[in-house]
Amino acid sequence: MASPNDLKFEELEGAVQLLSDDSAASTLSLSRAPTTPAEGPDVKVDLSEDEHAQEESAELLGGQKHGGGFWTFEYYQSFFNVDTTQVLERVKGSVMPSPGRSFLKHYVRTSPDLYGPFWICVTLVFSMAISGNLSTFLSQTGNPEYHYRPQFHRVTIAAAVIFMYAWLVPVALWGFLTWRRGAERQIGGYSFLETVCVYGYSLFIYIPTSVLWSIPVQWLQWILVLVSMGVSGSVLVLTFWPIVRDDSKVMAAATLATILVLHTLLAVGCKLYFFQASEKLDPSPTSKPIHASATTRIL
Amino acid sequence: MAAEEEASRPFAGLSDVSISEDIPVEGDISVPVGPSRTDEEFSTLDEPVKETVLRDLRAVGNKFIHVLYPRRSSALLRDWDLWGPLLLCVTLALLLQDGTADSDLEGGPQFAEVFVIVWFGSIIITLNSKLLGGTLSFFQSLCVLGYCILPLTVAMVVCRVVLLGASGTVSFVVRLVVVTASFGWSTFASTAFLSDSQPANRRALVVYPVFLFYFVIGWMVLTFSPLKREP
Repeated sequence: MASPNDLKFEELEGAVQLLSDDSAASTLSLSRAPTTPAEGPDVKVDLSEDEHAQEESAELLGGQKHGGGFWTFEYYQSFFNVDTTQVLERVKGSVMPSPGRSFLKHYVRTSPDLYGPFWICVTLVFSMAISGNLSTFLSQTGNPEYHYRPQFHRVTIAAAVIFMYAWLVPVALWGFLTWRRGAERQIGGYSFLETVCVYGYSLFIYIPTSVLWSIPVQWLQWILVLVSMGVSGSVLVLTFWPIVRDDSKVMAAATLATILVLHTLLAVGCKLYFFQASEKLDPSPTSKPIHASATTRIL
Repeated sequence: MAAEEEASRPFAGLSDVSISEDIPVEGDISVPVGPSRTDEEFSTLDEPVKETVLRDLRAVGNKFIHVLYPRRSSALLRDWDLWGPLLLCVTLALLLQDGTADSDLEGGPQFAEVFVIVWFGSIIITLNSKLLGGTLSFFQSLCVLGYCILPLTVAMVVCRVVLLGASGTVSFVVRLVVVTASFGWSTFASTAFLSDSQPANRRALVVYPVFLFYFVIGWMVLTFSPLKREP
């Protein structure tokens, strides 16, 4: 009987020492320890369970009050609660990442929106298809055999690829990060909406890039690929680094590497499919002369 | 007591009145049996079909005129209908067919693709403006967006006529000018109707998707190029 009490008092002394060292630390259990030392740990768990419950609902929704259930119109209206200036600021922030600042914390934390990601994806789909068509046309201007085709099927393909990337990859990433944080459920996690928001805005740099890709000069196109991948990749990495660094080094590196690899695949894939400078047109009787003229015009 | 009696006297006689079997109530309640003026306006079953069709056509034509000369009027908003947009969409989709075989994957948009772009595009833009806090109703917005395709349909007709004549650089420049002018006209006309219903700090957020919508339709019109038919 005496020894547990002695142990308890020793613990208290250690705890008091800690408190005096770092007075800023919140010590709920410590404040109640002198009166009911046996209940100290229990009290702590109860309070943190309340916090967990609040944090769960707040995390999923990004810490915002969302009016009504998901079947009401007001619920979806809360995702579009942005002004013109806010959207423009977020777009600017995605184009100019700075190392100290996470895009999310700085711009989006107050109110993540779905307007930006959705309309940036739609614009990107059409700008890829239209610029690709233009680059095909420009690279074939000297060719008398070439008859201009609008290539409208590219819109469908671009839409499928870009929307799948911008919506499925954030789902997978958010699920993976939530699973990794596991039972600890710290406040530092990102909600699903915030993940989608960051991915959507990070795609903005590809819109002017795709317009510039229509210039049929190979080395310029690859430089543009590197620049745009650098900018949007760094936005993603800077945003997700604070979350991932709490994990083990291997998992952190693997997560960031996966994010970057998928982003690279998107950029390079789009560039190769939509903007083929050396043409491999549809197999038609006129393809051989086209090949010959293409090789004689090596840029 | 006397005053009370006097006061009650005017009513004294009334206590004897009984509306019961002693005094039968008679009269004539006549209801006009023939067709009255107000009845005719609600029942259009008896009118000739030509009259019905012409009434709707006149309403559609009236709205076309309001689109071509955009003024501050609420004709499009008050009496919205979707006949006009349907007519325009079908006309545009038919004109964008160039008669190539289905195996030509590199061609222009198919009929269904034009339909999907026009209708789903309008629905998404309407949802977007409602989510941002707009005050127009769903169908009013669809009606406005659909009717404002009229300038681009006119441009399509002009482009096809031009392409019958020549298909070189000159015709391309002419088509570019015509399509750009009609794209600007469409965007201007629809924002004249739509922008009033938005809060001021979000107006650009609502106008941009409309701009993108008409830009895509304009691109489809401009890049229309029929295959040369072998003589």
